[in-house]
Amino acid sequence: MVTHVTSFGRSGLYDWLIQRVSAVILAAYFIWIAGYIWFNPDMSYGQWRELFQSTPVRVFSLLALISLGAHAWIGMWCVLTDYLTERLMGSTGTLLRIALQIGCGVVMASYMLWGIEILWGI
Amino acid sequence: MLVSIYRFNPETDREPYMQDINVDTGGKDIMVLDVLEILKEQDATISYRRSCREGVCGSDGVNMNGKNGLACITPLSEAAPEGKLVLRPLPGLPVIRDLIVDMEQFYRQYEKVQPYLINDTPPPAIERLQSPADREKLDGLYECILCACCSTACPSFWWNPDKFVGPSGLLQAYRFLADSRDTDTEQRLANLDDPFSVFRCHGIMNCVSVCPKGLNPTKAIGHIRNMLLTRAT
Repeated sequence: MVTHVTSFGRSGLYDWLIQRVSAVILAAYFIWIAGYIWFNPDMSYGQWRELFQSTPVRVFSLLALISLGAHAWIGMWCVLTDYLTERLMGSTGTLLRIALQIGCGVVMASYMLWGIEILWGI
Repeated sequence: MLVSIYRFNPETDREPYMQDINVDTGGKDIMVLDVLEILKEQDATISYRRSCREGVCGSDGVNMNGKNGLACITPLSEAAPEGKLVLRPLPGLPVIRDLIVDMEQFYRQYEKVQPYLINDTPPPAIERLQSPADREKLDGLYECILCACCSTACPSFWWNPDKFVGPSGLLQAYRFLADSRDTDTEQRLANLDDPFSVFRCHGIMNCVSVCPKGLNPTKAIGHIRNMLLTRAT
């Protein structure tokens, strides 16, 4: 068994499930938001603001934001552990990968906190 | 016919190169292995593996015009429809010489899945019986000849051959997970439940596209995932 400290859920199965569930949530969110914009061509700022003041929309948006973060983390982890490895680049690979993974994590957490601030600050 | 073949002799060459050679096939649609045999007569230093010449031993897995396959059962019309044949070693594995690759990483992953029956119960007097329905579950799994065409066509195996078991190994893993006579299912699954061994498969199905025996490792990997999911829930 191969273990990995920087994977999202520490288990392949957990990561795999999270990635699929988050993909479904993101697909549902983007279909809904695109549909809303499509069916309201004359939408004003007031209407848009009112939409995001409703709690279900805020919760759905936050869920989509969390899903995006988790999905991106797992996806980037897969890409980085493919191309930046000790096998290919020696210890530089490991250092570079850990730095980029931490960077991804910080960006993900920042977007999430910023998103919460935006959603509940409207 | 023009054949472009990958050449590398670590004793004399600093780096690999492609050598273009004209081969007289007599206008016939012969197999790629036959072309290699003609080449070998012209230049005895050309190296490749071969044995049964009928798609059973799995020795002559090579990359023909960008696609992995067995040279002995691939006709020229299929490998090089445009007329030029480009032969390279199986990608992703270290080259020993010309078309011969070092299969150690591939076999190490095969060894990891314990490709043999494990049964803790006392052996019966004659043999462990299996119902025809249970035996049928092994169809499409046991036929693998370990030619490595699938695993060396898989980008996940190219990048992590030390961690990702690869399509061939996973097909074998499922062959024993699906066997009604095997009692080590729990430990086998526990050994595979990590972010790399199984879950590095992203389902691009290169393995299915190149398997010379027409097997479907992606489907077997899907079955292993389902077993892992059932075990965890």
